[in-house]
Amino acid sequence: MDHQIKEEQGNHIVLLQGEVDLESSPKARQIMLDAVGRGKKILVDLASVTYMDSSGIASLVEAFQRAKKKEIGFALVSVNPAVLRVLHLARLDQVFIIHDNLESALNADL
Amino acid sequence: MAFLPTQPAPVIEVTDLVTHYGSRRILNNVTLEVRKGEIMVIMGGSGSGKSTLLRHLIGLERGSSGSIKLLDQDIGKMTDYELNQFYRKLGVAFQGGALFSSMTVGENIMLPLREHTDLDEKTMEIMVRLKLEVVNLAGFENFMPSELSGGMLKRAAFARAVIMDPVLLFCDEPSAGLDPVVSSSLDELILRLRDALNMTIVVVTHELGSAFRIADRIAVLDQGEVLSVGTVAQVQASDNKRIQDLLNRRFEEERLDPDAYLARLTGE
Repeated sequence: MDHQIKEEQGNHIVLLQGEVDLESSPKARQIMLDAVGRGKKILVDLASVTYMDSSGIASLVEAFQRAKKKEIGFALVSVNPAVLRVLHLARLDQVFIIHDNLESALNADL
Repeated sequence: MAFLPTQPAPVIEVTDLVTHYGSRRILNNVTLEVRKGEIMVIMGGSGSGKSTLLRHLIGLERGSSGSIKLLDQDIGKMTDYELNQFYRKLGVAFQGGALFSSMTVGENIMLPLREHTDLDEKTMEIMVRLKLEVVNLAGFENFMPSELSGGMLKRAAFARAVIMDPVLLFCDEPSAGLDPVVSSSLDELILRLRDALNMTIVVVTHELGSAFRIADRIAVLDQGEVLSVGTVAQVQASDNKRIQDLLNRRFEEERLDPDAYLARLTGE
């Protein structure tokens, strides 16, 4: 798994790439928790994530909950259908704020 | 140039598997392929060899001859260490649940994560709760197995079997001993897991109704031999007498005798 971090319009954009699985999810978790620690609105861009297992989903859940406690906006962007199916299985598609693309996420009021 | 429709690649390949218990031949040249994303039901009566085949598929027993390849790897040639590492990719829901009675449901489900990963405690706790949500046991992580009903134990066993998001899931008699409503809900769970996680699932059962509800294909086993492999419709339409005998026998067993059922319920 690779990642990039960008700042855009006052948002912290975490771009994850490749497979987020049992091996790589601890890194993804740390990246997202660090992002929460910076106190800006967080957009997790999953456009380039080819696979995410439940350890990756658990990391998203933990980061989202921590962001909520700090009253920091947190949304997922460009979630591919395979990841969306996993979110749906655990009804997390009703929990996360999900945007189709980065443009709509940047314009949204989280 | 014509494009032929392609089938998913096989992820389980059993070739000429033979097993003896003493001088008795239990599996007789079993050959079977299961394709990626498929639900394959291995069906047969008592003593057909279906449970023995399952134990071979998950590496608990090794055959006298023949081979089993899972995900392109011959498990018969693996050392115990390699097999143990390979188990990360497999999930097994055992018939009785096989939960440790001295541990909570949550601790039981977390066991494979503790054994095979170095994940953060918080991540593991969330993963356990996620799986409990998926199997409709939300909030039961601190219960002891003895506090769960038979159907709930099976659900908990499923949660443990899929905690590592296995590529291959093996289920041993998931409906056995359950009432029709609970049995049907477990069938629905198996279908949901396959659809959402694209798992390849092998189910061993003698329950015809369940087999017909969930199977993409059915392998019918009798006296250690694969009599037929096909879709539900193909198996039902088979003119093989042994298959028809098996299907008819099972249908008769599943047909409810209302008077006997009432008497059983009331104890009168």
